[in-house]
Amino acid sequence: MTATCAVRVLLPAQLRRLARVDGELTVPVAGPPVSLGAVLDAVERRHPELGGTIRDRGSGRRRPYLRYFACEEDLSHSPAGAALPPAVARGDEPLLVVGAMAGG
Amino acid sequence: MSGVRVLVGTRKGVFVLTADGTRRDWTVTGPLFGGWEAYHVTGSPSDPDRLWAALSMGWFGQQLQRSDDGGRSWAPGGNDFSYAGVPGTHQSFDGTPHPWEFTRVWKLAPSPSDPDTLLAGVQDAALFRSVDGGDSWTEVRGLREHGSGPHWQPGAGGMCLHTICPDPRDDAALLVAISAAGVFRTDDGGASWRAANRGLVSDGIPDPDAEVGHCVHKLARHPDRPDTVYMQKHWDVMRSDDGGDSWYDIGDGLPSDFGFVVDVHAHEPDTVYVVPITSDAEHYPPDGRLRVYRSRTGGGRWEPLTSGLPQEHCYVDVLRDAMAVDRLDECGIYVGTTGGQVYASPDAGDTWTPIVRDLPAVLSVEVQTLGAAS
Repeated sequence: MTATCAVRVLLPAQLRRLARVDGELTVPVAGPPVSLGAVLDAVERRHPELGGTIRDRGSGRRRPYLRYFACEEDLSHSPAGAALPPAVARGDEPLLVVGAMAGG
Repeated sequence: MSGVRVLVGTRKGVFVLTADGTRRDWTVTGPLFGGWEAYHVTGSPSDPDRLWAALSMGWFGQQLQRSDDGGRSWAPGGNDFSYAGVPGTHQSFDGTPHPWEFTRVWKLAPSPSDPDTLLAGVQDAALFRSVDGGDSWTEVRGLREHGSGPHWQPGAGGMCLHTICPDPRDDAALLVAISAAGVFRTDDGGASWRAANRGLVSDGIPDPDAEVGHCVHKLARHPDRPDTVYMQKHWDVMRSDDGGDSWYDIGDGLPSDFGFVVDVHAHEPDTVYVVPITSDAEHYPPDGRLRVYRSRTGGGRWEPLTSGLPQEHCYVDVLRDAMAVDRLDECGIYVGTTGGQVYASPDAGDTWTPIVRDLPAVLSVEVQTLGAAS
């Protein structure tokens, strides 16, 4: 039987406003382990308006000015199927979707 | 009671400016969607409470928002603008093949009669249609698949379909303009298209009178005389009297025939407005004076309109979607600038007053005429 993890995700302010969420959101993801791609799939299922805002719709690639951090690690270049740290799967730590600082 | 609602898209959000029919006292609402670039905000002609905002941001891509209560509340629409089939390539700035990539919506064109139907012009250039109020989009693929598509090149702002100019007599007839491919015409609802650039001459392309490759900035036509179409090209102000099949120059007498906007008086098909800009390198008005030029003869003879507009030290630009006209009995004209001013003239251009002075750079201005109006 597959268990379900309650994964915490913190989106950039612009996307929180778009999705009308305050602070973190928590999404159910099958696991552990839970993969980065599965978490983002769950976020987009709950908030279809975020489709295309984090990952390119066609290729699934991370948009260039966004990064994924968790547990003080940069997971931006991890494959979509790579397992997130156990603390994220347990809900102890959030997955951070971060907008790059840009604009000078 | 009549009134106007001016929808302003800026580099950092949407602003809504409202006034009664006198257009003297204004209420300013915004920013809505602060931080998002609002390339176009517009309303349904058949349901003025239905509005759409095309928003984008480098970080997060494209968003479409819709309001069904005149802008008091908004909800996300569909933002999936996937090209039909395998889109192939167009040319990049350096002339090498570049895959078609969606970047943003530049222009929304709601149906005059159906509040659920609208068209969207996008970058990289293509046309999309929605029949569910903007929840989902299907490409009108015949345009992008025009045989000249692989030769289209971007203008400085990207390869965008920025102008959608319907023929009010026929839902299936349409002109669109693409930078820097030019004008295309369909008479069968978008199934087939033909280039409509005969008479255009553009320095800076290998064949100055080529069938495609012209940097057309904006088209406008009057609903009572739709075969007459006005154009602001990169350089040159042009006119067609055959629905876009051929064009001739009407820019003599302007201090510069470079510019972005062109629009037509709501009740006088021969009265046309442009805002001359110095050059393609100097995107500000000639001599530091912001002048709207009006022709009451359909071009050829022009008069500067200056009363209330800055006549010294003015170095703003007026972008292609930043002029609009209302349909009140005395036609109002609205101009937005990259300096964040929105100027209104309640008397067809004779006098101007700033509604707001310090918005983010204005990308688009649309006007809804509410209540009794002709």
